[in-house]
Amino acid sequence: MTRFLLPIVALALLVALLVVGLNRDPGYVPSPLIGRQAPAFSLPRLDDPARTLSNQDLAGDVALLNVWATWCSGCRQEHPYLVELARTSGVRIFGLNWKDDPGLARQWLATLGDPYVATGVDQDGRAAIDWGVYGAPETFLVDAQGKVLYKHIAPLNAAVWQQEFLPRIRQAREAGR
Amino acid sequence: MTRVRPLRWITGLLLVLLAPGSWALDPEPPLADPARQALYEQLTHEVRCLVCQNQTVADSTAPLAADLRREIHAMVAGGRSEDEIKTFLLDRYGDFVLYRPRLQASTVMLWLAPVLLLLAGALTLGVVVWRRAALPSDQDADENPPATTGT
Repeated sequence: MTRFLLPIVALALLVALLVVGLNRDPGYVPSPLIGRQAPAFSLPRLDDPARTLSNQDLAGDVALLNVWATWCSGCRQEHPYLVELARTSGVRIFGLNWKDDPGLARQWLATLGDPYVATGVDQDGRAAIDWGVYGAPETFLVDAQGKVLYKHIAPLNAAVWQQEFLPRIRQAREAGR
Repeated sequence: MTRVRPLRWITGLLLVLLAPGSWALDPEPPLADPARQALYEQLTHEVRCLVCQNQTVADSTAPLAADLRREIHAMVAGGRSEDEIKTFLLDRYGDFVLYRPRLQASTVMLWLAPVLLLLAGALTLGVVVWRRAALPSDQDADENPPATTGT
């Protein structure tokens, strides 16, 4: 029996490794920004390009930064939920309009509703690179001091909000008190 | 009077189409310094496009890959070193962005596993061979098959 022990243990280890590996989402790329200060940005606002949206606007309380574009189907899918959050959650949502046509973006907000306190226009995608954005929609949770607490990649929904965002928001607000 | 030679024209056209440069999708202008251009090409072939994860930013037509090429191009042209540019990308996108991850605590197994597996294989082979060698030789038995009875 003992001569089969080693190969069986080796096989079991390999199977365990493969099972874990296959159950991981290869599309998920953890953000190195989490726990760090949010990247500095200053972008023209969608509603008034003469004004800017920057880190100072986000500071003071927890805030969401939602990366969206009119060409992104997942953004359309999550949009009604963002509108609901803006109405009921008491958390400020800021928009980052990524590589988009500002005219189409304004039209989108006019027809679908505008959940954002303000939206910054990142037409050349430079600010998005600083934030490590690679696939809209992405939503960052930033605390009152400008530290990135969490990043969600995919449309936001009630389940994600309850499980991932709410506990972190509560914790951040209690810590800030 | 010159004669039109269709075969020459076709061959010429084929050669142009087959030239690697004519298919390049990269619109970034080549850098004046060949060493810098080589660094740019090396980096774009080593950086992963995160939208289409099994392509490098040099291969990908995704808009994000174009943005990353533009940023890398600007950094290379601006005289930043290979290490600085890689750190710039790692700070934003994490280890996954490099096809050749750096050697660090979280990637040490990735780098050492092939060597360890090779050593384990060599060790197993050595043990098997050594054990076989220690067995009494059955060479003679093979060369002189047992005598058959009844003939």
